[in-house]
Amino acid sequence: MKHLEESNQEHLNFKTKDMSNRRDFIKTLGLSSAGLMLGLSATPRPSVVKMTTHGGPSALALEINPFIVIEPTGKIILINPRPDMGQGSTQAVPSLLAEELDVRLDQVTIWQSDGKNKYGDQTSGGSSSVRALWNPIRKAGAAAREMLVKAAAQRWKVSETECYAKEGKIYHKPTGKTLSYGEVADDASKLEVPKNPTLKEAKDFKIIGKYAPRLDVPARVTGKAVFGIDVEVPGMVYAVMIHNPHIHGKVVSIDDSEALKIKGVQKVLKCERPMPHRTAEAVAIIADNFWAALSAKRAVKVQWENGDIPQTMTTEVYFKKCAEAATKEGLKAEEHGDFGVKFSGASKKIEAVYETPFLAHAPIEPENAIAHIKEDGTAEVWAPIQGPDWALRDLAGYLKIKPEQIKVNVALLGGAFGRKAYHDFLLEACYLSREVKKPVKLVWTREDDITQGPYRPGMLARMQGGIDTQGNIVAYHHHPIGESIQMQVFKTPTDKPDDWICGELSQKEQKYNIPAFKVSFSHVPTDIPIVWWRSVYASNFGFSQEGFLDELIHAAGKDPIKARLEMLTDTRFKTVLETLHEKAKWSEKLPAGQGKGIAIFKSFGSISACCITVSKQANGVKIDKVVSVIDCGHYVNPDNVKAQTEGNIVMGISAAVKKGITFSNGQAEQTNFHQYQIMRFNEMPVVEIHIVESGAEPGGVGEPGLPPIAPALTNAIFAATGKRIRRLPFDLNTLA
Amino acid sequence: MAAISLNVNGKNYNLDVEPQMPLLWAIRDIIGLKGTKFGCGIAQCGACTVHMDGKPTRSCVLPVQAVTGKKITTIEGIGTEENLHPVQQAWIDEQVPQCGYCQSGQIMAATALLKEKPNPTNADIDAAMRGHLCRCGTYDRIRKAIKQASKVAPKNEASGGK
Repeated sequence: MKHLEESNQEHLNFKTKDMSNRRDFIKTLGLSSAGLMLGLSATPRPSVVKMTTHGGPSALALEINPFIVIEPTGKIILINPRPDMGQGSTQAVPSLLAEELDVRLDQVTIWQSDGKNKYGDQTSGGSSSVRALWNPIRKAGAAAREMLVKAAAQRWKVSETECYAKEGKIYHKPTGKTLSYGEVADDASKLEVPKNPTLKEAKDFKIIGKYAPRLDVPARVTGKAVFGIDVEVPGMVYAVMIHNPHIHGKVVSIDDSEALKIKGVQKVLKCERPMPHRTAEAVAIIADNFWAALSAKRAVKVQWENGDIPQTMTTEVYFKKCAEAATKEGLKAEEHGDFGVKFSGASKKIEAVYETPFLAHAPIEPENAIAHIKEDGTAEVWAPIQGPDWALRDLAGYLKIKPEQIKVNVALLGGAFGRKAYHDFLLEACYLSREVKKPVKLVWTREDDITQGPYRPGMLARMQGGIDTQGNIVAYHHHPIGESIQMQVFKTPTDKPDDWICGELSQKEQKYNIPAFKVSFSHVPTDIPIVWWRSVYASNFGFSQEGFLDELIHAAGKDPIKARLEMLTDTRFKTVLETLHEKAKWSEKLPAGQGKGIAIFKSFGSISACCITVSKQANGVKIDKVVSVIDCGHYVNPDNVKAQTEGNIVMGISAAVKKGITFSNGQAEQTNFHQYQIMRFNEMPVVEIHIVESGAEPGGVGEPGLPPIAPALTNAIFAATGKRIRRLPFDLNTLA
Repeated sequence: MAAISLNVNGKNYNLDVEPQMPLLWAIRDIIGLKGTKFGCGIAQCGACTVHMDGKPTRSCVLPVQAVTGKKITTIEGIGTEENLHPVQQAWIDEQVPQCGYCQSGQIMAATALLKEKPNPTNADIDAAMRGHLCRCGTYDRIRKAIKQASKVAPKNEASGGK
């Protein structure tokens, strides 16, 4: 095993703090003293409601502007605009650069970007890292290489065509002379940046598309990787929150008499939890250490005024309203053909309602942040957050200061899954630091994480379908119902269909050539806070689309793969299904008591299909095997594609068979992992993952593997037992 | 409040802390070893696992006063990047971690398992690892890594791969 040089993974050691000084230095002294710095100009900031990197089909519209610094010492620094939450951006992004710059991966030092505008979009979300950075980072690398070669050729007074770059050096072919990148960085920085540098052809890739071990793994297995929760700054105090179990009520009184007797407890104060759409009252404890604060949390008595929340904010009330909406027509998002005519004329008609629960993200590292609001009015934060750019904007808005007065330091994220792009915990720390005039390190407890949200929204889908006398599916209507992330979080108008949901479920995206294809939407509001969760709405509606199509296909007496192939118009979809057919040995007969089910869904620019095999047990079923196929176009590291898909299988099964979040009497009924369960080690089925080498534009990898899991599972259960499951979660042991 | 003496990774510490403070927070916030993680606080997720006299133990629910006289080993005492424990090496070879946050606890469980059962069956591995949650979903790779590590004779696993 080759050890990496510690220096090339500086982000693991949390050295982003030097960065802004470095850039100031470059600005002050000019490029020539600091080496070459490359970058494209910043794009305008998108407005909040259009910021769809987390869910919508328009995610690719956002541009990214990374920076490369080559120091005279030869040190190559990539300012990585995608925080790493486990998805592998700390390998994927430098790989894009190293490929075109002609350096080894271990020659690239990674710094995490700090949210400043010039880096453009910097949010890890919407499976965007590789697909958004594929062109800009490669172009930046290629442009730098061309400039370095040109500078060397000029120094040697030879033709550029006699020179080539390799592993950080420029070689002069006829003489064998070399110059390092660092030696010519100064000269190169004075050259014009080529607008259209020559990019490598895929066949010439040495790094992209090839297996390579992640260089950050050694730090992650020795306890050395610094996550947000591990950061300490001088003079900091610890804080824990007492959140209202009912989330939105008011503080009536605080009795801290017992809490203040605990050694190390400094202060108990009323404060607030700023969510994007509303602010909740809260209480916090400030202490010398986390344990003292946690002990005080148990000793403080808070009286809350909750109004009618106990009656109104329950999942029972919410799903009842959703069920009412399912008896009516929604807002039409699209209709191809005349659904009413085709449906009423069908020889077989099927209608069903599918249900998915609220879910917590539950990253194993709970939400945490350090904030320091300084006396000079500036602010500095250290936190495990998915998007420093969003955080900077939220901080500036909340603190009412300029972004230039704020420094954002992003630490490694111990999992996120969408949760850490919602900055309530960061702003809470800011509130507390402003009050106590010290750096405050706030750590949420698991109970805060599970009971406070925001959650993946629970949703219904009303489905209608019709089959003609020849067994063709001729009418299909997908009608999602429930709370909308855009409408709740970003307060977008509620009189239009949610375009993240309906765009994803459109015929254009999912490619089913059904003569009458309709998508509608009904908005049912709730006060339960919601936000994107791994694969966002695809995690809800992949289930209804593929579960219901399976119902229609069975009603038509057809084979689930063959029938889908007949309807699909797109060759990439077809190849994915044909690959699944082969790899899952679809045509082999299973022994009695076993069943196979499949599903296919497109999300975040990639097509993923899955076949699950289950076997009947005395009670319920057991999941035997999961075979997943993904076409994500060009990818960086096949092993990381597999790792992410494995993760999606585990999270997808958890979402299907483990209890979701339920609210009764206005509060979450689950508080910690003993009640909000996620899949455990001994429940892991055999998994197999296959990548389709389509060579298409890169698609996402972090999320697309998840949506087909639940429907493939329930379709397999139908095949094995004849029981059709339309409601998640269900218990594998009882199928109820 | 009396001073609590602790032995962590072979070093003695005298800490001025509440006797009820869980070992986890003494290790993290007082001694300053951050490799052991907080996940749930109720011994449900395994992120806080350390060895107490060689046995995997949930440090988030173990009062520090109960640890006096015991030998505690944390992930930092298992091996370093320069001198990896065979289990850590197997974790690298199988590319187990995604975020890596739970992996300290996973590795502490696996090293303890392999010390007790150098050739564990699948059922042994299930029993040893089922208390450890991984939200990234690395279970399949963890099993492969444990099997790979079981083929390598562990050396001085109690005090690391020194």
